[in-house]
Amino acid sequence: MNDIKIRIENLTYSYGDKVALRDVTMDIPANAITVVFGPAGGGKTTLLRLINRLNDLIEGTRMSGRVLLDGKDIYAPGTDVIDLRRRVGMVFALPLPLPGTIRENVEYGPRLAGIRDPARLEEIVVRSLTQAALWDEVKDRLDTPASALSGGQQQRLCLARSLALEPEVLLLDEPTSGLDPISTGRIEETLFELKQRYTIVLVPHSIQQAARVADYAAFFLMGELVEWQPGDLLFTNPRDRRTEDYITGRFG
Amino acid sequence: MNRRYLVQRVGFALLGLAALLVVVPILLVVGTIIARGAAAVNWEFLTAMPRDGMKAGGILPAIVGTLLLTLGTALAAIPVGVGGAIYLAEYARDTWLTRLIRLAIINLAGIPSVVYGLFGLGLFVLFLQFGTSILAGSLTLAIMTLPVIISTAEEALRAVPTEFRTVILSLGGTRWQAVRYVVLPQAMPGIITGVILGLLRAAGETAPILFTVAAFYLPRLPRSPFDPTMALPYHLYVISTQVPGMPEEIKYGTALVLLALVLSMNVVATLIRSYYRRRREW
Repeated sequence: MNDIKIRIENLTYSYGDKVALRDVTMDIPANAITVVFGPAGGGKTTLLRLINRLNDLIEGTRMSGRVLLDGKDIYAPGTDVIDLRRRVGMVFALPLPLPGTIRENVEYGPRLAGIRDPARLEEIVVRSLTQAALWDEVKDRLDTPASALSGGQQQRLCLARSLALEPEVLLLDEPTSGLDPISTGRIEETLFELKQRYTIVLVPHSIQQAARVADYAAFFLMGELVEWQPGDLLFTNPRDRRTEDYITGRFG
Repeated sequence: MNRRYLVQRVGFALLGLAALLVVVPILLVVGTIIARGAAAVNWEFLTAMPRDGMKAGGILPAIVGTLLLTLGTALAAIPVGVGGAIYLAEYARDTWLTRLIRLAIINLAGIPSVVYGLFGLGLFVLFLQFGTSILAGSLTLAIMTLPVIISTAEEALRAVPTEFRTVILSLGGTRWQAVRYVVLPQAMPGIITGVILGLLRAAGETAPILFTVAAFYLPRLPRSPFDPTMALPYHLYVISTQVPGMPEEIKYGTALVLLALVLSMNVVATLIRSYYRRRREW
């Protein structure tokens, strides 16, 4: 097993009275794709948003337990949240390019971090778009509006936007949910490349996708982590009856 | 003919009539003012001082006064109004304090303008000793304008999808950076609309400037923010009711200039707004 990048310990989280995660404990190994899957409302998105503290601004929530990144509690007082979010990037379900050109979108993160040197920014744009497998398609129109790209291209642009910060961890929340099979395939290929360098946590948009890309898989049901183990084991030989029912299509 | 079609036709006719009724008074007002006032408006009217007890000469000090008052109002009301709106839309949590602020805004909007005038007289002219001055008048108008600016700007900010803010945060940006680089530019058309609506109202008001800045007859241009000045709405009021034997076309000419000023500000606002809207991409 790879090194542990993220460790989640007894994590319980609720929005008001509604419990979203119930005593979740799991490890996320480095340089691998960990798939977090299960029926809607299972707490997958909440889990992702807790790993880079995007839920901080939501009022009326309660949390107990710990989330450790490289062994350090990211909810400990004095944690630099901005630095954390630079280390833990996120791609959302809907491709959401920011207003502006393709280039500006990729430059957003580095610019927010204070990078102004044009040569450095140019280098980041080329590298990020290449890593996101988008460079060849957009290299001649970097200064055109990002909104003119197709859905699949926009999603890879969002991926490039996150990669521009060279994060250590990439959180992907159903990044292919709105995309056609070809675009989906391209993104999955990209993820295989990226896991050499990044730790990836993916909420897949189908069980098939989960099975295709998972090095490790965690099955969530109504806020509870039913089981987690290496993907080839979980999808061929699930330990829990509920997991088996879900992946064989008996419910979901 | 089918009965339901008949009902529909009658319905549309009535609705159309209602829509037409909105247009008629505007056309009548504008038409009358142009017809009776256009003859009075010439170069001298726009650029000269009033003479002969305002029965001759021009209305330059009133035009300049109204422009200065609008500028002063903008300078005071825009930073406070837009700043307050950003706070309410982006930062404020739902506490008793924010609820109090919202209540205050709603109530400010409901206060009659003459009360603002008296308030301005008490606070700015007398207590703070600004005297009857452009400064006092601008501040009074600014307070009257604030609720319009704050509520429209807040609405415009809230209309920007939350996801943009989330994306900026996820890229290691602060909330302020999200506001500064994404939310504010996206909300700009709506904010500008609110600002212009507020300023237009301020430019045409008489009561708030009555006690705080307006001079009955002052045939010279103001030299400092502490000078009083003539202003178009008040001048119109004065020559229409306080000066016997005032030639009709001067009254209508003054009204025409005020109307043209306000409408041209409106046009400028529309241009700015459509410029920003074209750059928006969602």
